[in-house]
Amino acid sequence: METLLAWLYAPWPWYVAGPIIGLMVPMMLFIGNRSFGISSNLRHLCAITQPPQVGVDFFKYDWKEHTWSLMFVIGTALGGFLAGVVFANPDPVKLSLAAREMFTAWGFTPPTASLVPEELFHPSVRNFTLLFACGVLVGFGTRYAAGCTSGHAITGLSTLQLPSLYAILGIFGGGLISSWFLVPWMLQ
Amino acid sequence: MLRYLPYLLAGILFGFVLIKSEAASWYRIQEMFHFQNFHMFGILFSAIATGMLSIQIIKRMGEKQSLDGQTISIPEKAPGRVSYLVGGLIFGLGWGLIGLCPGPIFALVGTGSLGAFVVLAGALHGTWLYGALKQHLPH
Repeated sequence: METLLAWLYAPWPWYVAGPIIGLMVPMMLFIGNRSFGISSNLRHLCAITQPPQVGVDFFKYDWKEHTWSLMFVIGTALGGFLAGVVFANPDPVKLSLAAREMFTAWGFTPPTASLVPEELFHPSVRNFTLLFACGVLVGFGTRYAAGCTSGHAITGLSTLQLPSLYAILGIFGGGLISSWFLVPWMLQ
Repeated sequence: MLRYLPYLLAGILFGFVLIKSEAASWYRIQEMFHFQNFHMFGILFSAIATGMLSIQIIKRMGEKQSLDGQTISIPEKAPGRVSYLVGGLIFGLGWGLIGLCPGPIFALVGTGSLGAFVVLAGALHGTWLYGALKQHLPH
């Protein structure tokens, strides 16, 4: 019992987390012949909230057929609550030495138990403008590419699909540009 | 509603893992893009390997039914190149800055992070913007 509790509070190593994430692909197929992916829910949420008089065609469909997918992300948020609040890891992220040195050079205080840095997520007009703008990029990009990390990197590559490989190249290229150039520039 | 329960449970497991593996951590994403730790690559590679192995097993099992009685089929992505590359690039730019892709956005929203709600609001606006501009974009 003690060990189980300790396990629930501790961070999980990659060789436990990765296979569980990968198992989402066959799980969705076995539950209801569904393709595992998260970002399409952003579209469904737009379809639910779009007023009839606006009428962008892309959001005119019966979103109720995708209730299963919305239930999945409601679950994702619940799982986040359980893992991040109820069984929250009290210790900071154990980063590599190189990463710790990089964040110090960027002027960041060492990570606390929070998964996100105060420097970027603390409520302020500047931070929330940036978070919103990056959210727009994520929402626009994932729909343009018809998928995100789950739909393309996990489901797409698992099923050996060329379009997903293109998407991954784009995603990783964009991430490298941001992480190497935009983040340091933004922090100046 | 009962038929949606398996999806809810799978979602809970997924959200739990995203937080426990720190895949929803901004620090881990920066560390990954700077190739300073194997952790995130380990998650991605082992997830893809597990998915691939499962798909191969499903293919070799022959025709199988899902829980709700449908014949299991492997999903196919629509052919294309430009939209996948450009869309991926735009998404990646956002991901590299704030360290959150859609799964972790929902998981972090569940932890009550105000910043994650702002990101989700932005992502919904971005999705809507794409829907409004779709016919003018190269695909």
